[in-house]
Amino acid sequence: MKGAVLPRPAADAGADAWHDYVYLRDNPRGAYEEYWHHTSGCRRWLVVSRDTATHEVYACQDAADAKAVRA
Amino acid sequence: MRYSALSIFLNGLFGNRNWAAHWRQPEPKPHYDVIIVGGGGHGLATAYYLSKTFGIRNIAVLEKGYLGSGNVGRNTTIIRSNYLLPGNNPFYEFSMKLWEGLEQDFNFNAMVSQRGVLNLFHSDAQRDAYTRRGNAMRLHGVDADLLDRAAVRSMLPFFDYDNARFPIQGGLLQRRGGTVRHDAVAWGYARGADAHGVDIIQNCEVTGIRREGGKAVGVETTRGFIGCGKLALAAAGNSSRVAQMADLKLPMESHVLQAFVSEGLKPFIDGVVTFGAGHFYVSQSDKGGLVFGGDIDGYNSYAQRGNLATVEHVTEAGKAMIPALSRIRVLRSWGGIMDMSMDGSPIIDRVHLDNLYLNSGWCYGGFKATPASGYCFAHLIARDEPHETARAFRLDRFRRGYVIDEKGQGAQPNLH
Ligand SMILES: Cc1cc2nc3c(=O)[nH]c(=O)nc-3n(C[C@H](O)[C@H](O)[C@H](O)COP(=O)(O)OP(=O)(O)OC[C@H]3O[C@@H](n4cnc5c(N)ncnc54)[C@H](O)[C@@H]3O)c2cc1C
Ligand SMILES: [Zn+2]
Repeated sequence: MKGAVLPRPAADAGADAWHDYVYLRDNPRGAYEEYWHHTSGCRRWLVVSRDTATHEVYACQDAADAKAVRA
Repeated sequence: MRYSALSIFLNGLFGNRNWAAHWRQPEPKPHYDVIIVGGGGHGLATAYYLSKTFGIRNIAVLEKGYLGSGNVGRNTTIIRSNYLLPGNNPFYEFSMKLWEGLEQDFNFNAMVSQRGVLNLFHSDAQRDAYTRRGNAMRLHGVDADLLDRAAVRSMLPFFDYDNARFPIQGGLLQRRGGTVRHDAVAWGYARGADAHGVDIIQNCEVTGIRREGGKAVGVETTRGFIGCGKLALAAAGNSSRVAQMADLKLPMESHVLQAFVSEGLKPFIDGVVTFGAGHFYVSQSDKGGLVFGGDIDGYNSYAQRGNLATVEHVTEAGKAMIPALSRIRVLRSWGGIMDMSMDGSPIIDRVHLDNLYLNSGWCYGGFKATPASGYCFAHLIARDEPHETARAFRLDRFRRGYVIDEKGQGAQPNLH
């Protein structure tokens, strides 16, 4: 598990944007998207859509295909 | 009523029918000088010290469930002050000193048991790291002893000393560490706070924070609006959700940590022991059950229950340390929601509104911190000045680059 799927700021986006990206989290109770690494299988990075209150998994796709990484 | 040997004797004579309730069940008043959100160990301790030591009387603690329903009643009860970093060590040692006098102070038996906490090491590199931590502790006036393999073996002969991958080479022992009965901590602080006039209001969930002109003026709750002079948040695993009610985004993720208890056994393990080659810690309760746990599950969760992969992982680490564990039946397991901060260290600070205070980020080590956390948070709320042992726990340390990362893991909450 790597954590929340967040859009990476541009290198020159400034301290506020980077502080937000590195440290701050919405940490919702409910629907959530996060990166998982399939370590003991195909070793692909995945985007998993999950509910943090019920642990239900809604969807899972290869991170390379996940164009619609949530903004 | 004060508890004493005499009061137990006299009440026993009359069939124990005359004990009074530990605390009142008051209706919420329209306004309090201080409202504390969260009736866990930290919220209750804060109320206790605010009323007893800092002389503020008109206080309410609002708890969405019943007292002790959160992490204070779910943890593995370990207390210790064996930290490395200067921001942490004096704070946890202050907490240990408060534990040492707590039962006399709040006149309640919390079963504080300084039975020792032993961290095992399994390699030369780990011995070096533990030596360094032990020296840092001693420099701060905290007790620490480095034990060699023979000394550990004489204490705990039935461990797997010659494990092919993780031979036990020795351990770092803090003799003043130990365990405390966690429910009794919540009850003792609640009873003490109530005696000093604090209203403890259960089944009262905070659902919104009302603001006017840069101040919090009160909270919306499932029992109506309640006004406040100052607002203090101590919601542990739900911190992000409560802070969000004031549009504050925290450097935090909520994660589930599981714990386990075995069937009752004859005396087996005297103190608290941790396995250094994986994450596993165990102690034996006074009823005889082995109380143990390991890592958090690793994914964000608000579910208060974990998954089987972690159960396997924890018990495998346990068995690598104590082969005899394979014959023991586990009676129960449960989970709690941890406020995992981005550097693994807590936050005790005044935040973006003038009268809003935050106590959070306790990860899976906040039980031992309960007395000092309550004391330091009360100090901050009453005086608007941080307590000297809690000065490093600022919210803006992430922005300023002053993280307190005991494990050196970086901004990855599931690794702290
Ligand atoms: C399995 C497990 C093992 C652990 N082992 C140890 C250990 O051995 N040693 C150690 O030092 N620490 C340990 N911990 C960590 C420790 O238990 C916590 O860090 C600590 O209890 C957190 O502070 P608290 O007691 O105030 O939390 P809690 O008891 O969780 O209190 C927070 C309270 O806030 C309430 N709340 C939340 N949202 C709202 C709202 N909107 N309105 C009103 N109330 C609200 C909750 O219901 C809860 O009662 C462990 C934790 C777990 C789960
Ligand atoms: Zn795969």
